[in-house]
Amino acid sequence: MIVSFIVNGEGVTARVTTPVSLLDVLRDQLELPGSKSACEQGECGSCSVLLDGALVCACLVMAVDAEGSTVRTVEGIASEGTLHPVQVAMHEAGAVQCGFCTPGIVVAAADLFDRDPTPTTDQIKEAVAGNICRCTGYGAIVRALESVAGERR
Amino acid sequence: MDTQYPKTIDEAVSALSDGATPLAGGTDLMVEVNFGHRRPDHVVALRRVDELAEWDGSTIGAGVTWRRIELEGPKALAEAARTVGSPQIRNAGTIGGNVATASPAGDGLPFLAAVDASIEVRSATGSRSIQWDEFFLGVKKTALEADELVTGVDLPEDLPERQAFGKVGVRNAMVIATVCCVVTRELDGLTRVALGSVAPTPMRARQSEEMISAVARPSESDLAEFARLVAAEVSPITDHRSTAEYRRHAAGVLARRLLGRCLR
Repeated sequence: MIVSFIVNGEGVTARVTTPVSLLDVLRDQLELPGSKSACEQGECGSCSVLLDGALVCACLVMAVDAEGSTVRTVEGIASEGTLHPVQVAMHEAGAVQCGFCTPGIVVAAADLFDRDPTPTTDQIKEAVAGNICRCTGYGAIVRALESVAGERR
Repeated sequence: MDTQYPKTIDEAVSALSDGATPLAGGTDLMVEVNFGHRRPDHVVALRRVDELAEWDGSTIGAGVTWRRIELEGPKALAEAARTVGSPQIRNAGTIGGNVATASPAGDGLPFLAAVDASIEVRSATGSRSIQWDEFFLGVKKTALEADELVTGVDLPEDLPERQAFGKVGVRNAMVIATVCCVVTRELDGLTRVALGSVAPTPMRARQSEEMISAVARPSESDLAEFARLVAAEVSPITDHRSTAEYRRHAAGVLARRLLGRCLR
């Protein structure tokens, strides 16, 4: 069957014959490999996307269930060549090592700041609790996000 | 593959009568699909059924997400909701999915057991309300027929003011319970203790309830006896997450701690 939805502001269609995930369709059919495929069970958060405005794991969304929906991936977080403040802060704080978890953390953090421009450190930690990083120990990531909150206070 | 997108419960149950697989938040089903354990070829996607997301007083629609319960639910259920998966999982996963999946570790289930909730189900031919202890039959086994859909959970109108949820796991975030527990206590002392991950289904520790309900102001030795009784009543197994011995011990410690919160 053909599934139609909107990704990062553009209408797309995908041909789906099995119950594959939205993540597979984004990566394999729509040339959007920013969302990473790792655990495929919602544990690691590296495939985080916004589905109709809600932060979810794309690996746990059946692609057919995206029909008629609006999806925002990490590729849609920067706007017209301008990095999102979260991306700038993570770059400046050295919050990226291997980079595999980074797209998921950028999406989760962008979602946090959309809902609350000045989160506390605890709120920041809770917002990225579903995103596993095995390099940084989270220190630089949390400091980067604290700096975004600090600039807005 | 064939997918249906019902907008009403009637349309949804009519689709289920053809043997289709219901899909809500996908947080359980898609794990099975991704690992090749299931491959549904006829799916009923429930996300567009607004009726399922209704929350009418003491009846919580099956499609209400953990995120919403975290913000709006009764105290101990909201506390349980906050420990479900991650923010991503809580935005997608629903209470109806927790009930229908019937994992022994379902974080929302001890609350339903503690307050004697009923599960509302509907098929194309009728609806019924099933008391929680007649609904959960075993590990991932329920009284739900293949053509029936969980439409909501029905809580009593008056919930105990003092209620607490706790969970033991290997870390604070993103963890499946080693033991989870809800304790409620009424002003007259009536206490209820429900546990998860320590039996094939959510369970009540009824002897412990009876013992501690009769004590108006529990002493340290009453609390120790209560913890011992809870540990004796559970029937855990050893698996990759924990040992039966540890679960039994943790169940007593956790129930005692939660009772302490209710007594404060």
